[in-house]
Amino acid sequence: MPTGVPIEFSGLTKTFGQVSAVSDLTFTVEPGQVTGFLGPNGAGKTTSLRMLLGLVRPTSGTATFGGTAYAKLDSPLQTVGASLEAASFHPGRSARNHLAVYAQSAGLPKTAPDAALEKVGLSGYGDRRVGGYSLGMRQRLGLAFALLGDPGVLVLDEPINGLDPEGIKWIRLLLRAMAAEGRTVLISSHLLSEVQQTVDDVIIISHGTLVHRGELSSLDTSDTKQVQVNAEDRDRLAAVLVDAGYQVSNLRSGVLVENADAATIGRLAFEAGIPLTGLSQKRTGLEESFLTLVGEEGSL
Amino acid sequence: MSAGYLGAVRSEFTKVRTTRLWWVLLVIMAAYVALCAGGMAAILGGLGGGANGPAIPEAQLPLLVYSFATSVGYVFPVLFGALAVTSEFRFQSLTPTFLANPRRGIVLGGKATTLLVVGAVFGVVALIASIGLGASLLAAFGIDPLLGEPDTWAFVGRSILAMALWSAIGVGLGVLVPSQVAAIVIVLAFTQFVEPLLRLAASFTDWSAQVAQFLPGAASDALVGASIYTAMSGGSAGLDWWQGGLVLVAYAAIATLIGFFTSWRRDVS
Ligand SMILES: Nc1ncnc2c1ncn2[C@@H]1O[C@H](COP(=O)(O)OP(=O)(O)OP(=O)(O)O)[C@@H](O)[C@H]1O
Ligand SMILES: [Mg+2]
Repeated sequence: MPTGVPIEFSGLTKTFGQVSAVSDLTFTVEPGQVTGFLGPNGAGKTTSLRMLLGLVRPTSGTATFGGTAYAKLDSPLQTVGASLEAASFHPGRSARNHLAVYAQSAGLPKTAPDAALEKVGLSGYGDRRVGGYSLGMRQRLGLAFALLGDPGVLVLDEPINGLDPEGIKWIRLLLRAMAAEGRTVLISSHLLSEVQQTVDDVIIISHGTLVHRGELSSLDTSDTKQVQVNAEDRDRLAAVLVDAGYQVSNLRSGVLVENADAATIGRLAFEAGIPLTGLSQKRTGLEESFLTLVGEEGSL
Repeated sequence: MSAGYLGAVRSEFTKVRTTRLWWVLLVIMAAYVALCAGGMAAILGGLGGGANGPAIPEAQLPLLVYSFATSVGYVFPVLFGALAVTSEFRFQSLTPTFLANPRRGIVLGGKATTLLVVGAVFGVVALIASIGLGASLLAAFGIDPLLGEPDTWAFVGRSILAMALWSAIGVGLGVLVPSQVAAIVIVLAFTQFVEPLLRLAASFTDWSAQVAQFLPGAASDALVGASIYTAMSGGSAGLDWWQGGLVLVAYAAIATLIGFFTSWRRDVS
């Protein structure tokens, strides 16, 4: 089982002519968890990842895998699996051949392309020309390329973009499972809500600079915490909560409790002998603080 | 362990093999070469018995006919070599290519090696087309197709080498001019108009003729040792065959090297 190494960004900077795309990024991405790399359009996510992967030369600074630059890795595809936003394949080539080209280049076993297609659910489509693939299938093929060498580190640029709800659920489980195996998983997105249920840690950049880094929950800075709860006997539930001193309001799908945490509400209902049909902590603060961090007007 | 150079060569062969372009170009080239060689064999062979017989001695006819393999066929390996590089830029497949092997010089070396071999294959097919049709037509007109002569087979070997080198020149052009459209336009314009005109114009004065023998098409004719141009210009003593070969090697190497330091090492985004 390949294990992950930390990804280390140190003072990474890139300027395109007058445009400062990335400036002085310093942070470490730890193995064993999924890290979200977030920022609005044009924030510099893709540029940072391309520098990490040796495709774009930094103006200054470094980005390494446990101290080794991508170009200096002994067996890159077996150490790091990457898929980048841009569709980068010859449309006339079949998916299996597309993967075979790079498997051969990296000296991977002959079985690697089929194994990778299998992992992303494209087994039945391996002989089709990639030009006829749907957006979601291309996204999966990109992921198959990343998984080709069974790497300990995954670097994925906007992997969720273009996937249907089922695909999103599937990739979420896959990435979580890979992190649980001790691999390093870094995924970028311009939408917090898109990765909110997948990531443990977030790194947020805006206009090329780091604006926040920490656990996902650290974003939840709002003081008003809400719990949404539901029971067959909704009126009694509401009465119990009001008695306990909470402020409640009725929603179509349950009762919204202000300034509460799910554990306490669950215990109250249990003590009152009310079977719950739903209980969840609302994190309305996340998206709010994300927008505040990247600036209200956000992008570009 | 990284698969290095051998992996790069294997990967580049798979790239060539797994899209349709190679056989499409091979089929067009074979048809075009067969048409030209067959047409020339028919004209020269037919004229041979007539009153205004050709100025070309009969013993030179076969190689002249066979040399259409290179003199009209060479544009195909150049085009194929150039497209092998420019399509990587066009379809942004340099990203996975450089992810699989970040040693860009080795990747380019693997590509050039592969395209040399593919160019040789183009050469073999072009010669099958020109000799296949040309020899039978010549024989039909009672001219000895000279297939038993060692000279003919040395010519065949030099022609295959020329086609291999043309393909490598295509690779050089592709890295030098990564824009697909621009590369295609340059290949067609240069091979079909610019160079033939230059060679014609240059033949009027001595010093320009000296310079013109270093044009790639002229060098290729020198390497092959027979062509319609040399026959028309009275078989002037140009470069030796090996000198012609070296000139082609130089074109390929210089273009590839400059392309490596400019486009190939650039940021991929
Ligand atoms: N090759 C390039 N030449 C010039 N400017 C560039 C180049 N690549 C990126 N930029 C600029 O750098 C900035 C960052 O771009 P980048 O693609 O990294 O953003 P991003 O965070 O990936 O955005 P998105 O969410 O839209 O994918 C942008 O202002 C962009 O215009
Ligand atoms: Mg991007």
